Amino acid sequence: MSGVRVLVGTRKGAFVLTSDGKRERWTVEGPHFAGWEIYHVKGSPLNPDRIYASQTSAWFGQLIQRSDDGGKTWQPVGNKFVYEGVPGTHQWYDGTPHPWEFARVWHLEPSLTDPDTVYAGVEDAALFLSSDGGQNWKELAGLRAHGSGPHWMPGAGGMCLHTIVVDPIRPDRIFIAISAAGAFRTDDGGKSWQPINRGLKSEQIPDPTAEVGHCVHRIAMHPSRPNVLFMQKHWDVMRSDDAGDSWHEVSGDLPTDFGFVIDVHAHEPETIYVVPIKSDSEHFPLDGKLRVYRSRAGGNEWEALTKGLPQRDCYVNVLRDAMAVDSLDACGVYFGTTGGQVYASADAGDSWAPIVRDLPPVLSVEVQTLP
Amino acid sequence: MIRVVLPVHLRTLAQVSGEVELDLQGEVTQRTLLDALEARFPVLRGTIRDHVTKKRRPFVRFFACERDLSHEPSDAPLPDPVTKGSEPFMVVGAMSGG
Repeated sequence: MSGVRVLVGTRKGAFVLTSDGKRERWTVEGPHFAGWEIYHVKGSPLNPDRIYASQTSAWFGQLIQRSDDGGKTWQPVGNKFVYEGVPGTHQWYDGTPHPWEFARVWHLEPSLTDPDTVYAGVEDAALFLSSDGGQNWKELAGLRAHGSGPHWMPGAGGMCLHTIVVDPIRPDRIFIAISAAGAFRTDDGGKSWQPINRGLKSEQIPDPTAEVGHCVHRIAMHPSRPNVLFMQKHWDVMRSDDAGDSWHEVSGDLPTDFGFVIDVHAHEPETIYVVPIKSDSEHFPLDGKLRVYRSRAGGNEWEALTKGLPQRDCYVNVLRDAMAVDSLDACGVYFGTTGGQVYASADAGDSWAPIVRDLPPVLSVEVQTLP
Repeated sequence: MIRVVLPVHLRTLAQVSGEVELDLQGEVTQRTLLDALEARFPVLRGTIRDHVTKKRRPFVRFFACERDLSHEPSDAPLPDPVTKGSEPFMVVGAMSGG
């Protein structure tokens, strides 16, 4: 019987949660890398035994760990992330130029075509590529060389490149997002990039419709329709039907359109999920009720999914990389909270149950559907 | 033998328990000691000092002989008790955060 493996990154280690296809009974393994911040753990879509993890610490810096046995054992691989050429400057919070400084890897995106190839999105914002299973890393410097780079500014969490989405039909087309520069796209494998922020409106920046400067929180795509993108922005849920060339708002009847995560149902490209958060200054659910919202129309019309989720006194957050879907026939949806809960739904969001309740704050959730 | 005490997270990474002993030839400085440490345990590269600049990471400290050597020049000789192995060179995670 097929099963799932949920990969959870937390403030104090990584956890691997496994279940059979029923997704009722779970085995919890971890913490791996106890005491370290695990920003992201993700497996290769080609080889589920190959998993990459970003292990980081303010004290001891960055490590990349790789497993070749589905997360049972790990080995540290390359951790040398050096910007190409003279790093240059971006804007600091006070508007002054600030040198580009590597802080950590936020997101690891294994290639769709080669298990040894993996992308890393880092803070300060840049995109790196490894073609040897994480041993060596090279910056795809065309992104930072985009003329707008000196004007990029960090969001509250740092100037991080947190989202990497690879087009499954055109592998040289990659979408990335940076807080708070916005979304960018390459059509030539990372050599050149263009901002794709037309249609975004952000009242928090001097020119609300500027080409760059938007605080994009997350972008999601269904692999069958790579030209259709969904975005959770700082405020606003957005949609593009032309690979990011233009965006329009689909927040519709959401009770608040601030949030971090967004994801797409594995088998229904027009079914999307968000977790509304009260506001940019109050990072918790509205009215203390943890609600996932689902749209079956690609946005605008949303329904609250509450069964099994706390509907009082809940003041957790759900961070940008902390939602994932499996691809079993009845699509599973998963998300983790800053309160240490990981919730799972085996029925596309209709009902939820916690897999675990008391992990450290959850930074990321990914899921592998196992044969 | 030069004795080096690593913080627990780095001992875990290096897969060692207790002190590390290094056999160094020539003058013993922070730089030569850390070069030798990283040569023996490549996994520690980048965890104590920057890969390229070799600058100490901000929240890593170096103690020995009840002194904080963190701000000493990296090419300054280490104290005699360290070079003779009667006192360890301690790599410490700074007290900060929770």
